[in-house]
Amino acid sequence: MSSDDIAIIGIGLHPFGRHEATTIEMGVMAANMALKDAGINWKDVDLACAGSLEVIQPDTMIKYMGLTGIPFTTLFNGCATGGNLMRTTANGILAGDGDIGIAVGMDKHPRGAFSVGSTMAGLGLPEWYGNTGLAVNPQFFSMKTMRYMHDFGITDECLSLCAQKAFENGSRNEQAWRRKALSFDEIANSQMVTNPLRKRHFCSPSEGAAAVVICRADVAKKYTTKPIYVKANVFKTRLHGSFEVLAPATPTARLPAPSVQASQAAFEKAGVGPEDIGVAQLQDTEVGHEIMHMAENGFCRDGEQEKLIREGQTKIEGKIPVNTDGGLLANGEPVGASGLRQIYEVALQLRGDATGRQVPNHPKAGYTHVYGFPGVSCVTVLSR
Amino acid sequence: MAGKQIPVHPGLFTEGKSPQLVGSKCADCSEVTFPKQSSCPKCTSEKAEEILLSRKGTLWTWTIQHFAPPSPPYDGPQGDDFVPYGVGYIELEEGVRVESRLTINDEKLFKIGMTMELGIEKYRTDADGNDVMTFVFQPAS
Repeated sequence: MSSDDIAIIGIGLHPFGRHEATTIEMGVMAANMALKDAGINWKDVDLACAGSLEVIQPDTMIKYMGLTGIPFTTLFNGCATGGNLMRTTANGILAGDGDIGIAVGMDKHPRGAFSVGSTMAGLGLPEWYGNTGLAVNPQFFSMKTMRYMHDFGITDECLSLCAQKAFENGSRNEQAWRRKALSFDEIANSQMVTNPLRKRHFCSPSEGAAAVVICRADVAKKYTTKPIYVKANVFKTRLHGSFEVLAPATPTARLPAPSVQASQAAFEKAGVGPEDIGVAQLQDTEVGHEIMHMAENGFCRDGEQEKLIREGQTKIEGKIPVNTDGGLLANGEPVGASGLRQIYEVALQLRGDATGRQVPNHPKAGYTHVYGFPGVSCVTVLSR
Repeated sequence: MAGKQIPVHPGLFTEGKSPQLVGSKCADCSEVTFPKQSSCPKCTSEKAEEILLSRKGTLWTWTIQHFAPPSPPYDGPQGDDFVPYGVGYIELEEGVRVESRLTINDEKLFKIGMTMELGIEKYRTDADGNDVMTFVFQPAS
């Protein structure tokens, strides 16, 4: 069975930022927007899947939607949750649970840096690792970036140019949280957090929700004139030998990162290559990872990012636009919702509806990628 | 009465003049892991034995933790008492890179590839006045 059997017919976003609404309320709003976009009602939905870090049972939202008795799965896969929500919903359709499904991601994190939680017990890590100050996500992001810069000649200046692009894109997106473009100097002189990364190189925890309605592709045209086809939606976990976040040790013998595995499998399944992609959303927890993820997802060779970013090729008008809505840097990261925000953005771009930030020349195919603890990645290849 | 020195976790490292980290080695495929665990993450074998790791290695990557991490789980010095500390992965000849606090915290002193040596250092004082000790790597003399 081909993955072309699934199409996105509705998208909804409760903009990311800081809000009065509860997490569940934001999830309901995003879901209702996606249903309206698809021109259907909740009673038309055959199955659902929701995910969140802060809400243990996001499926409780169903009491605001309607108690129709449908199978409603919840899942959490760290920062890769969003991509996996759509995948699990699609798998439900392909398994015969119904023709129309909805995937909803939502979250609302406390202000300040992400905490790994008060105990290591839920993460499969020893307590001493947290007690002694080693269980700090930015340390990993910085150390992987530091080594990559050393190996492939990426400069500090390139890091700040990448952040400048993110905030510039955010300023063109009415739904972004951070809509003020920042100068290069504001970024390059911001406070050092964990070398080589500075405050303005990182995203912040935020709040928001996103939803997509998907269906069997053969009925998609009943609901929309602009269906977006899911050509591939692949989920991979780490191999012993990839360098991952919150790892007390890592093997010297390296194996490809989960993002590399997911990307290669997705392109193979979709029957297209990175050169066919007109717009890409890549996990940009911080700029080091946007840069490394460009190569891990096949959009350039290691080290080429320096030239591409200096030339502006990852900007909206560039050769390979990356994180056109401002990405995590300009939107923050509500963990459960983030991957679906990427899918929302790519769907808008492929429909030609990304007002203020539309990629020129009406791209045919787009790409989304999330990565997170404990070494998980989910990738989609989408086309119109 | 002065406090005692106590390790942050028993069996994490050996004590004395030449301390060593305690890891494990797979009886089937020889893969070395740290901290020790009873199974092998590489070949899935359930036969892993305890080994002591090399005291010296090279700096594979590094950063400096400039802010006090969220507490809990971090239980070291906070606020004005917090001192930024280096963190790095030390590549050991056993084929494993171990993450560790480093004794240096001035960015001018770090160089990828430099030789580092294991030490044991106090990272906090507990409520009874004991020094809580953890492993650190320092530039080799």
